[in-house]
Amino acid sequence: MRGLKKFHRESGDSPCGFFSWMKPQLMTMAPSIAAERTDEGVVLRLSGDWTLRAGAALEREAEAIAAAGAGLGKAWLDVSAIGALDTAGAFIIDRTRHELGAGGVEARLRGVKSAHAPLLDEARYRENQTSPPRRPYLLTSLVADIGATIVAAIRDLWAGLDFLGRVIAAAATAMLSLSKWRVTPLVFHLESFGLRGAPIIFMINFFVGAIVAQQGILQLARFGATALTVELVGILTLRELGVLLTSIMVAGRSGSAITAEIGAMKMREEIDALRVMAVDPLQALVLPRLGALVIALPILTLLGDVASLFGGMCVAWVEGGVSPVAFLAGLQEPYMLQRFSVGLIKAPFMALIIGLIGAAEGFAVKGSAESLGSKVTASVVKSIFMVIVLDGCFAMFFAAVNY
Amino acid sequence: MSPAESLSSPSQKPVEIGVRGLEVGFGGQLVMRGLDLDLLRGEVLGFVGASGAGKSVLTRTILGLLPKRAGTITVKGRDIDAMDVAEREEIERRWGVLFQQGALFSSLTVKQNIEAPMREHLDISPRLRGELAMLKLSLVGLTPDAGDKFPSELSGGMIKRAALARALALDPEVLFLDEPTSGLDPIGAGEFDTLIGTLQATLGLTVFMVTHDLDSLYAICDRVAVLGQGRVAAIGAIDELLRSDDAWIHEYFHGKRGAGRESAHRSRGVVKV
Repeated sequence: MRGLKKFHRESGDSPCGFFSWMKPQLMTMAPSIAAERTDEGVVLRLSGDWTLRAGAALEREAEAIAAAGAGLGKAWLDVSAIGALDTAGAFIIDRTRHELGAGGVEARLRGVKSAHAPLLDEARYRENQTSPPRRPYLLTSLVADIGATIVAAIRDLWAGLDFLGRVIAAAATAMLSLSKWRVTPLVFHLESFGLRGAPIIFMINFFVGAIVAQQGILQLARFGATALTVELVGILTLRELGVLLTSIMVAGRSGSAITAEIGAMKMREEIDALRVMAVDPLQALVLPRLGALVIALPILTLLGDVASLFGGMCVAWVEGGVSPVAFLAGLQEPYMLQRFSVGLIKAPFMALIIGLIGAAEGFAVKGSAESLGSKVTASVVKSIFMVIVLDGCFAMFFAAVNY
Repeated sequence: MSPAESLSSPSQKPVEIGVRGLEVGFGGQLVMRGLDLDLLRGEVLGFVGASGAGKSVLTRTILGLLPKRAGTITVKGRDIDAMDVAEREEIERRWGVLFQQGALFSSLTVKQNIEAPMREHLDISPRLRGELAMLKLSLVGLTPDAGDKFPSELSGGMIKRAALARALALDPEVLFLDEPTSGLDPIGAGEFDTLIGTLQATLGLTVFMVTHDLDSLYAICDRVAVLGQGRVAAIGAIDELLRSDDAWIHEYFHGKRGAGRESAHRSRGVVKV
């Protein structure tokens, strides 16, 4: 054998030296090539297993073929010594042949085993298979992104108003006929949004009430006004914190659930199934959930208020020496009921905004799992944001009307 | 020698996957009651049975997606329970699975779906990976522009083809097909049968195919196994099954739908002997 060049190892000589660490049944022969000058011209002998299992070695050997063949007018690719061959091996051999051809080398296959012939034919190289991805300019894409985000936000608001209108229309239709009231789903959602959420909402409000009371005692002690802690906890909790914390919790707990449920139904064409049954998805899915939220949120707010005051009372008793009797007496001043009602008036509006955003995002889900995830995230972020914006609007409104 | 190998006669092809005494159950219900089955290397085995008989359960158990209560599954004569993690992974890399609904990753394009297993298991260059993905795409008869589409933008037949391309991504030795032609029109189903037949012949695949499509059974299956009562009730070439006097098998092949297919295929001489 008159070797012209030798590339890498010749696997025929050492069948498993390099791969001896592998388990015997998994052993493969590394692909390799050897170039040889014969009477018919240069012959590039391919041997070993030309399969995907060789991984990067496959590409290295292909480059070796290209390097060995470069500059020759004509070359034979002898594939008779190839062991196993798969589509990747067949493809890369044919690709190399084409690359040689592009470089002016006429490369031909010879010694094709009958078992390999259909593979080499099926997995032949195809031109222009991949279009290179376009690289956008960083600066222009930044500006374009900002513009797209603003346009999307405006469209979002527009779509939200459109959705609100359709929900109101659906609600009005439902009002007209009692048969369209869906009591069972309403009760079901009331349980999952209200009853099941009660423990966690009690807990967080209890802790926040306790923290407010503790800080009140610490800070007000410097002015000798520890007794005002009761007022502080009462006003803060009843007017703002109770409804705000409860709404944020409900947005995270139930708003996300609404988006995920409706979104999953959208993905599996269940919404379309409802439509073709002449059932309005807004009436069947959205109204019961919205109704349940509007009923549940004020009740949860009431519970949250109680929990928060209870937390404040416990801390005031232990830390500030204010007895529960004195604490409750402190809450019994005439303005407290008004403050309580300010908080409670806000609750149904918070419920509406959470439910509307949750449902609208759910209907916006597209076919992919990724889209479901991003819509659930958007639902929670938007509803918490809107809850806080709405609370600010209410604060201005109540200040303006002196309530 | 493993039980799987000792049972196969020397004239037969070697056993690729052997199942012995398999028992699978859910709660108090036993779905597989001591099932024995051999999948021979290089054959196309069709697997039929009444709906709910446990065809998918068997497939999922062999694939390791469901736990078994008793029995052994051997791959190339080796018990899969005795394998270590690395060996098990090797085996799984040599298997391609086409799920009934395709199970394409919905947030990836078709091309990315096909590249996904290569990306996980192979150290090849992105260029070759992309080229191989497009090759697989054309092997299953999809046009290159389908590669940039998302699964939600594909028709049912295209999903099946794209999922088959992904199943072929790592050049598997064994291909599991769960109702490959369900939901396809007769022409599409026929093309899919031809495609599987061609790929099987070209790539030398071993194919395990759960199907209800009588045409598929006639067209490409070397052997057909019938599942009944949690066991393989009958197995053999389709001609042998046609002569079976079991009531269910008779009804399946000679019933209203089966009889027509049989005569049609006979007149065209398609039935494999």
